[in-house]
Amino acid sequence: MADMIYNFFYWLFGIEIYHFVAVILSVLLVALPVLLAVAMIVWVDRKVWAAIQIRKGPNVVGPFGLMQSFADGLKVFLKETIVPAGANKFLFLMAPALSLIFGLVGWAVLPFAEGYVVSDLNVGILYLFAASSLAVYGVIIAGWASNSRYAFLGAMRSAAQMVSYEVSIGFIMLTVLMVAGSLNLSEIVLAQKSAGLFGFNGYFLTPLMPMFFIFFISALAETNRAPFDLPEAEEEIVAGFQIEYSSMSMALFYLGEYANIILMCGVMSVLFFGGWLPPFDWAPLYYVPPALWLFFKMFIFFFCFSWVKASVPRFRYDQLMRLGWKVFLPMSLIWVVLTSAYVVFIKHAAG
Amino acid sequence: MIIAILFYVFAGTAVFSAAMVVFSKNPVNSVLFLILAFFNASGLFILLGAEFLAMLLIIVYVGAVAVLFMFVVMMLDIDYANLRQGVQKYLPIGMLVGGILMAEMILVGGTWSFSEGRNDVLASKTPILSDVDNTNAIGNILYTDYIFLFQLAGLILLVAMIGAIVLTHRTREGVKKQKIHDQVRRQRDDAFEAVDVKSGMGLK
Repeated sequence: MADMIYNFFYWLFGIEIYHFVAVILSVLLVALPVLLAVAMIVWVDRKVWAAIQIRKGPNVVGPFGLMQSFADGLKVFLKETIVPAGANKFLFLMAPALSLIFGLVGWAVLPFAEGYVVSDLNVGILYLFAASSLAVYGVIIAGWASNSRYAFLGAMRSAAQMVSYEVSIGFIMLTVLMVAGSLNLSEIVLAQKSAGLFGFNGYFLTPLMPMFFIFFISALAETNRAPFDLPEAEEEIVAGFQIEYSSMSMALFYLGEYANIILMCGVMSVLFFGGWLPPFDWAPLYYVPPALWLFFKMFIFFFCFSWVKASVPRFRYDQLMRLGWKVFLPMSLIWVVLTSAYVVFIKHAAG
Repeated sequence: MIIAILFYVFAGTAVFSAAMVVFSKNPVNSVLFLILAFFNASGLFILLGAEFLAMLLIIVYVGAVAVLFMFVVMMLDIDYANLRQGVQKYLPIGMLVGGILMAEMILVGGTWSFSEGRNDVLASKTPILSDVDNTNAIGNILYTDYIFLFQLAGLILLVAMIGAIVLTHRTREGVKKQKIHDQVRRQRDDAFEAVDVKSGMGLK
């Protein structure tokens, strides 16, 4: 019987069933910890805001309030899902699911250590770019399907904002991949070994440094985080595209949003800070497990995300567009030209 | 086996969703079916081993073009009853144009044959997949043999963009615009004046 299943499977898929099971397991091994990390990172987020505003933050449920996110999750799960009468029911319920799916798919190509990646794609960086550019659909579809003016305004803002900042994100990725000479994320990380000043692993202490800052700000805009949280600006359009959502359908938006934010932190560490490599090219640092270095870097970036949210006021819409199209786009375009000149005339000429 | 099954799934869904783009009553549904068609086309590219083209299709068409389509289509206020009447009125002309196109395509397809040098073309230039990944392969051919055509395509897009901006740009009166450099350059003396006001006199 087992033989029959094995043979049928081999005939159908052209791979051994063990291989298939291993792939499924590796997907679960990444996706489940990501969801758990989302729950914990929400707690970190709230604690950081609380500390900056001299409050205590969540401290009741569990030790240090650690279980707060799970309590919130349970509460939300027990609520009723309400679908507005004039809404397009199918799209209304599909939007939050899409938002979570596009928040999770990008994790498939993020390398946690050398060889520790679900799918070591040749075009990993393009895949990441595609995944992050698809995240806008959850928001747009939600806004349209809700059949509400506030939700629609939120969706319109989101569409314009994400499309604008994607352009400069694309150019920044281009500069990095030109210097690294590969589209594969693992190779990009390995190319960064002692690339910076003082044996720094990563492109941060190199002329690519300004690109990192632009990438960080664009990542804030791409994930709809403050100060670019116009799609859900409470004071103007109540909750934007989320206004009609309740219960789990709302929670899925949050899960997707935070999964995307942590992914962006990971992308920043992989593109500019040497991913799983230790910060400096110094032998004793390599004894620390490589994944820990990646998590450490991601955590630092996430702290910056919360720090920004707690301290920077929201941009106005025209300021947002001006920053994206008139400041970031020309700057990153100039950097692409300069970087390609460097790669052709200096790096290749030197051998 | 799975490749064959996936091919029929992708191809079938692509054709179905392409048909639904035309037949959906709601234009937003049309755009969503268009996106589904793009996704399936990119799946077909992956089956061919062209992962670079597959990713570009998703990034450019789904991530940018379709978002803008959606943006525009959602803003349209469409009166469906009116649209129905239009169908009755324009159906003969539409049928005529469609019929001519169909006839032309059948004529072209019926007389189509492989060119004589086909085998030479197939035998040349294609690098081995394991040696060169297809990003490199496309780059090598696009920036050497086809560089002028590539640049020309870029220029056409630039002209189209400039044309669209020139046609739609208008200068509006009475718009308040933020001038950041003016704000930054503003000194204390521009905005603030200390006046010594005598008691009971008030300001003039």
